[in-house]
Amino acid sequence: MDIWFLLTILMLACFVGYLVISSITPALHSPLMSVSNAISGIIILGALISLKESSHLADLILSYSACFFAAINIFGGFAVSQRMLEMFKTRRPESNQGDKK
Amino acid sequence: MINLFVNTSYLLANTLMILSIKLLSSPKTARIGNLFGICGMFWAIIAALISLELISHIIPILVILSGALAGICIAYKVKITSLPQMIAAFNGMGGLAAACISLSEISSGSEEWLNNTLSLVIGSITFCGSIVAFAKLNWSRLSAPLHFYAQYIVNSLLFLLGLAFGLCFMIHGNISSFYALGATAGVLGFMLVLPIGGADIPIAISVLNAMSGWACVFVGLSLQSPVLIIIGTIVGTGGTFLARVMTKAVNRSLFNILTGSFALAGHGSETEKTAQQGSPQDAAFLMENAANIIIVPGYGLASAHAQYALKNMADILRQTYHVNVKFAIHPVAGRMPGHMNVLLAEADVDYADVYELGDINHEFAAADVAYVIGANDITNPKAKTDASSPIYGMPILEVAKAKTIFFVKRSLASGYSGIDNPLFYQPNTYMLYGDAKAVTEEIIKALEA
Repeated sequence: MDIWFLLTILMLACFVGYLVISSITPALHSPLMSVSNAISGIIILGALISLKESSHLADLILSYSACFFAAINIFGGFAVSQRMLEMFKTRRPESNQGDKK
Repeated sequence: MINLFVNTSYLLANTLMILSIKLLSSPKTARIGNLFGICGMFWAIIAALISLELISHIIPILVILSGALAGICIAYKVKITSLPQMIAAFNGMGGLAAACISLSEISSGSEEWLNNTLSLVIGSITFCGSIVAFAKLNWSRLSAPLHFYAQYIVNSLLFLLGLAFGLCFMIHGNISSFYALGATAGVLGFMLVLPIGGADIPIAISVLNAMSGWACVFVGLSLQSPVLIIIGTIVGTGGTFLARVMTKAVNRSLFNILTGSFALAGHGSETEKTAQQGSPQDAAFLMENAANIIIVPGYGLASAHAQYALKNMADILRQTYHVNVKFAIHPVAGRMPGHMNVLLAEADVDYADVYELGDINHEFAAADVAYVIGANDITNPKAKTDASSPIYGMPILEVAKAKTIFFVKRSLASGYSGIDNPLFYQPNTYMLYGDAKAVTEEIIKALEA
């Protein structure tokens, strides 16, 4: 793929990222960090591609380790986010309590 | 046919993951957001396995599954209070993966030298930096900023050394200098996070989070994968955005924080003053008779694990004494962005009662009691009055305007910044010395009596 095409995608993604993220309430900044950390594990695709291209043993080991670490990142990240967000969910039933003055 | 399926899957995965971030904008949709993220990631991995014809190979799948198992086990084993360091650790894994990929790419003869060099450097710094951040969060005795002689010179030398290795690799294609570059970047990552102290760690984590995203972008450029570029950029801008929010909240530049120069600046010698000590019983009495109470939590709440006691106290005050209780949160309170919100949510505090800095600051003047629990610098009026103070210009919670202030603290020691807080010596301030949880429980006992 043409490098300019890829750079155009990069540029557009910057704007999308900024627009999407700046609307997030400060109360959810922790889950935001956690979820974005988890999806940064998408790098596992890179690890798989590089696995396919590897021929020597050393390269294979590196690619497999990259796969392993990225998998930890993905699943650990989503699990942590899930735990965090579960705490935000439980309050719903009694949420009118705070309104009484 | 397979091509169509794979490309559609990638498109779908991208959409789902962008949506997952978008849905985090409200607590109501946040959990669906996480689910979308998981689905998107699942589709992307399946599509990659199919397009690379790896789906029938058992080893890659086993490796992914074992990583998944390890990640999930770790994530569910740790205590809720350890979540910030878990994020740091998982983030480091992403950086390590980026570094491994670029090493493997280069040694198997990739021509993308610039992109692989960048992803190696960023990946190594992210990995080593995250390890230090993890250690600082996990073992509180390590959390102090570590300064040593000629730190800047050592770091500059490391930077130049890395630059030399990088140039050597790019000009001569010398692979061993590529390895050396990775090692140098790793050491630099260690060195850069070491001088960052406890309260600045959230900013460091955001920056490291952003860096793992940018590493992903460069891997994507090198492997020509739009998915990696898009998602990496989203993560990168997200981390950068969070870092910017927090640097604004402490009114310092990112450079200033990352070089740790703050802690060096703030050691003004103060003359001996005395602070009044209050008792939990006094606090309970004043709270019972108050109309408005604002609670200001800080890191002390997390370290003492006092959020349940605090929620209990707020409930008793509301239900038995009909007091209006609100929580005020400063953007940098705690050890990660939004840390206090997570803690209060854990204790089942309604998020409608939790207010951000800008929304509640004008209400302190009408508050009868401000209950500051484990926070210090974020309330320090010197940020507004003393132009020579290192925190001058930082937005603070204007606790000083409340009628009575209770400070729950272990001792009179100054906060992380090393700046004395004049609030302690105000005539309407009472210090409640002790562990945040123990003090709050004493107050509850007195309230129930």
